[in-house]
Amino acid sequence: MSNASKSRPDEMFADTLQNISPPKGVIAGTVHTVRAIIDRRDLLFLLVQREFKARYKDSSFGVLWSLIRPLAMLLIYYVAVGKFLGAERHIPDFAIYVFSGLTAWSLFSEIISAGTGSIVNNAGLIKKVDLPREIFPLSAIGTALVNFGIQFVVLLIATFALGAPPRLDALWLVPISVIVITAYALGITLLLSAWNVYLRDIQHLVDIALLVLFWASPITYSYAMVHDVLKGGFLEQLFLANPVTPAVLAFQHGMWSPGAADTIPGDLGWRLLATFVLSLLLVAVGQRVFSRLEGNFAQEL
Amino acid sequence: MTHSSTVIRLEDVSKRFVVHKEKSLKERLVSRGRRSREDFWALKDISFDIQSSSTVGLIGANGSGKSTLLKVIGGIIEPTAGEVLRKGRLAALLELGAGFHPDLTGRENVYLNAAILGMSRQETELRFDQIVDFSGIEAFIDTQVKFYSSGMYVRLAFAVAVHVDPEILLVDEVLAVGDEPFQQKCLDKIRSFQRDGRTIIMVTHSLATVGDMCDRAIVMDHGDMLFDGDVSTALHTLRDTFRKEEEVEHEEEPYLPTIEAARLIDIATDLEIDRVYAGQSLRMEVDIHSEKEMSQWIVGMGIEGNLGQAVFGTNTERLGIETTPFVGDKTVAFELPRVQLGTDRFTMHASLGTVERGTFQKIPQILAFDVEDGTRNVGTLSIDATARVVK
Repeated sequence: MSNASKSRPDEMFADTLQNISPPKGVIAGTVHTVRAIIDRRDLLFLLVQREFKARYKDSSFGVLWSLIRPLAMLLIYYVAVGKFLGAERHIPDFAIYVFSGLTAWSLFSEIISAGTGSIVNNAGLIKKVDLPREIFPLSAIGTALVNFGIQFVVLLIATFALGAPPRLDALWLVPISVIVITAYALGITLLLSAWNVYLRDIQHLVDIALLVLFWASPITYSYAMVHDVLKGGFLEQLFLANPVTPAVLAFQHGMWSPGAADTIPGDLGWRLLATFVLSLLLVAVGQRVFSRLEGNFAQEL
Repeated sequence: MTHSSTVIRLEDVSKRFVVHKEKSLKERLVSRGRRSREDFWALKDISFDIQSSSTVGLIGANGSGKSTLLKVIGGIIEPTAGEVLRKGRLAALLELGAGFHPDLTGRENVYLNAAILGMSRQETELRFDQIVDFSGIEAFIDTQVKFYSSGMYVRLAFAVAVHVDPEILLVDEVLAVGDEPFQQKCLDKIRSFQRDGRTIIMVTHSLATVGDMCDRAIVMDHGDMLFDGDVSTALHTLRDTFRKEEEVEHEEEPYLPTIEAARLIDIATDLEIDRVYAGQSLRMEVDIHSEKEMSQWIVGMGIEGNLGQAVFGTNTERLGIETTPFVGDKTVAFELPRVQLGTDRFTMHASLGTVERGTFQKIPQILAFDVEDGTRNVGTLSIDATARVVK
């Protein structure tokens, strides 16, 4: 036990033999993993860089493609949902509303979909090199955060261009929402990426779950519309229980200035906190499950 | 000479693989209850210590568990039971270029691969020129690696790997890469690692490499450690297991002729000998026996050095001898005039086959002899060497 908890890389040069398998205890195990990842932060950075460099290597537009995709989605929702379906009539500045919702959502969905496949897609490395394997889901998060940053800048510019810059008093909700989304997605990704090694169906289930969750979150419609239909009943509570919903609502509330106070549930702050606590629990559980399963990754891949 | 200490210790390490055939949810639901899973023990209670600055070869037939053992030492596979203790920085060369991304340039891949192998950014920057220099592909370093030839690819990968500066190096069959000059460079690098007092553990099928480089060998057989100790005994142990397996295979086969005996004879005196001097003329006689008529048969012989490396080999077909069909006994004599072997112990093998079936019996070490060449020179060959100072 005592020599196990010391086997982190910076003490590898010590004069005594160290047990190379990670410690089994919950706290010792987590500390070990976090230390190992901090030690390999250069690698994490390079993996994120690899993702971007490789993705746009031979294209003339390069990183611009990271912008074109969300802009195309914005156009589709703005025209189809806003104009044709008439969502615009009930939501002022619908373009900003939809784009802020999409920006927050795509952070979540990109982490989940890229993170779930991250272990399987890096099979070659995992089978041949001793690395903290958490680094692969983490690099998926890094990539998603960079994409999110680009979209966020576009969103910010758009709010000013359309004459509706974010209200300063609600802006604090934006970083909180990003933290909650990232933490929540991290917990889920750790679980799913490890399970996906043993059951490849996870990847396909995730695609469908993300589609359902997208329409179950107030992105193309407003919370007020949901409230009008469900009238605060059990179903509305169920709707709000979707952990992505409070985070998306908070993000919209921060970025979308016409959002009046009555379009969000009154206890949004508490719901955000609850989601955050849930996320931390998920990360802890996810990390434990991940480290339980990772011992067999090399042979299952 | 520094005091050598234990750098790797394995304590009762076992590894179980669960072999299951179904992978998807549907297959699992359909076959629930009668899940087709089988346990397979790739390693059974392996324990040993490895001292610093030793070079250890892991040898064994395919599927004997030697690669699994290497991965367990490298921390890539967690053992089912037992403990692995280790000290010092380790680099595992299990696959060259693991983590190379085809779309990135050589330069970008060097940084990425170095980070994967555990080097920090500063270390990589410091050694970047050395790495590129060693790989010998300066001209293409800013080309995407997908345009590299396979030789260039492994050159770059090997160059990165050997510059990680490990105290323990795990090598799995990766030495046979690139063209001959590069292979030589790789072997030289490994030798310089040995001189630096680093620990090397290698898995290889090339027994010549083991004999050449290792000072200790571990023989694996179906997950068990069959032998752990000096290289020449290990090689003999391994050859014995191969022979046993061959014999098992041959049990079900139809009748085959056999080699009965072999003799080594001094041509001058016509007596059987087991001690030879350099330049002696020898005759090797091989007796064969066949119950059924055998046609187009071939008898072969060879001389092996102390570590099993081939010194000489020939057969009746190579020598252009027409063999006629026969039933019963036959003897073939190979004349070996003026054999110039150096001081060492040698073994001889005899083999028997037909043009149609190939070799079906090979008896390694059917004979053994010691050579004394009367000089203080070393090596397999005896040469009347002289030396003088010319300037």
